[in-house]
Amino acid sequence: MSVKPTVQLENVTKIIGKKTIINNISFDIYPGEVFGFLGPNGAGKTTTIRMLVGLIKPTSGKIHICCFDVRKQFVQAMQRLGSIVENPELYKYLSGRENLQMFARMLPDVDEERIQEVIDLVDLTARIDDQVRTYSLGMRQRLGIAQALLGRPDVLILDEPTNGLDPMGIKDLRLFIRKLVDETGLSVLVSSHILSEIELLADRVAIMTHGKIVKVGSVSDLVGALSAGVDWRVSDSFRALAILQESPHVQAAELYDDHTVHTLMDESKTSILNEALMKAGIEVWTIERKVQTLEDLFISLTGGDHIV
Amino acid sequence: MSNPNMVGLIRNEVMKIASKKRLAVVGVILVILVSMFTYAQYREIQEKIEKQGTLDWRVELQQEIVDRQNRLASSGIQDEFRQFLEFDLKQKQYYLDNDINPNYPGAPTFIRIFLSQGVTLVLPLFIIIIMADIVSGEYNDGTIKTLLSRPVKRWRILMAKWLTVLLYTSMVMAATVIVCYGISGIVLGYDGWTAPILTGFQASASGEFATEYIHTLPMWKYLLMSAGLAWVVTAVVGTISLMISVLVKNTATGIGAMMAVLIAGTLLSSIGSSWTSSKYLVNLNFDLINYLEGQAPPIEGMSLPFSLTVLGVWTAGCLAVAFWNFTQKDMY
Repeated sequence: MSVKPTVQLENVTKIIGKKTIINNISFDIYPGEVFGFLGPNGAGKTTTIRMLVGLIKPTSGKIHICCFDVRKQFVQAMQRLGSIVENPELYKYLSGRENLQMFARMLPDVDEERIQEVIDLVDLTARIDDQVRTYSLGMRQRLGIAQALLGRPDVLILDEPTNGLDPMGIKDLRLFIRKLVDETGLSVLVSSHILSEIELLADRVAIMTHGKIVKVGSVSDLVGALSAGVDWRVSDSFRALAILQESPHVQAAELYDDHTVHTLMDESKTSILNEALMKAGIEVWTIERKVQTLEDLFISLTGGDHIV
Repeated sequence: MSNPNMVGLIRNEVMKIASKKRLAVVGVILVILVSMFTYAQYREIQEKIEKQGTLDWRVELQQEIVDRQNRLASSGIQDEFRQFLEFDLKQKQYYLDNDINPNYPGAPTFIRIFLSQGVTLVLPLFIIIIMADIVSGEYNDGTIKTLLSRPVKRWRILMAKWLTVLLYTSMVMAATVIVCYGISGIVLGYDGWTAPILTGFQASASGEFATEYIHTLPMWKYLLMSAGLAWVVTAVVGTISLMISVLVKNTATGIGAMMAVLIAGTLLSSIGSSWTSSKYLVNLNFDLINYLEGQAPPIEGMSLPFSLTVLGVWTAGCLAVAFWNFTQKDMY
């Protein structure tokens, strides 16, 4: 592909004191994709994001936003980046509009028209002239996004954007981000410790733990590699195992106990296999699709660090 | 001008401060203080009229001179205090000899006294109230993260904040003069802008009272000079609070530290001149108007150019520390 990545991290390391907080991480994000950044609390997600937005200097390694070095070409890099780091931190004693006007003065070419545009985009028109201290968390989140979008960025970074939102708000946010990416083709980096969220929202995922990235891949690949677990409860698992292992539709079969066989197989061929077992005189009691998600992958990758 | 520009950044800072209504708080404190002082002045005048039957400044000045003489004659006063009294006595005598009223009644004289008394404590206090959280407030609210991930270099953001400190210093000075004039004039009258006032008293090299540099100034010119010196002191205090605001993330701690600096200065300058190297401390050089009035300096060897130099060096140092820290620090 000749498309240039909008975000590039190359061998980034951050050492504070003697502790290695971020250990040699690298990844790229491309235009038009939602990149999920997944890991338990304390894995180093927020530290990484702070390095991306120039709040923290990496000890070593390079970060580029749209080919601009965050350290050496800070202004150009930040002009192409909109972000919310942790909570949407805005001036509570100012109105929503005043907040946006203030941030607009720190950006090139943002006029009143653009401000109104983002207000409409996040649907805050009714309350925009009220003080931010009176806003609900969801509204603050929306104002934060408006602030991040003011400068028409190529990259949008949202750190734990669903924190404190109700299920409805989370769904709205998901649809909003999807629509935004489809319409403007920007890149979005979303961090979260909640797996189901990232699974629904992101195109690609980086899984991080203990300051290291353990896996980067597309969600469909990661999920696809996992989703074909089927458990068979039968009267005689030894004989069933032999039959299942012979079938071309089964990639792997494993004896679990006298009555249970675990398989990795093509789900759509379940009925064919069921028929074969019945013909051989084996009673099939239950067929269970073992619900496997990124969490299984995560646990197998990290060796037991739990995420929600 | 390109956007983002410095004017826009300063507008942002002014907007933040204005919406916290700090200037209004300072305004209220100022009005209350000035009203109290005005009333006190009014009572004093009434009392004098009752006692003396008339309000003759010559009589009053003569009484003060006698009082100084009596105190000098008594034994057991400290050397420094003796020096101060002698100086004060000679100054009063000089006013009397030249038939100039040192306290020409009216609002301008009230401004003169308020500036002279307020320069070491009240005016710096005002700027601290307004400015103490200009950086630390952003840490406390977490807004520092949003602020510093803008496409604006960090040093420009701090520069805007410092220029805002200077802007508010000017506003505090203007507010002080206007409020003093407006309120005290009700009782004392509004004239006296052109009344003559003596300046240029100074101790000669040997510590003796010297008259060669003494000259008269019209009050307005003298006030302009006073206000200018008070502006310098207030701006220096504002700059130090800016640095402390960068270094100390907690606003209350920052205000405490600044108050300690101010109060230590007032105490030290009244306690003693034995520790001569203390004249290099910034807070011993706040009483610039002292030089204009021609009082003996707290420590021998101090002069207006000396104090201005000390203040300048300290200001440069504070700015260097503040800028270095602000631009280099990791923000969590």
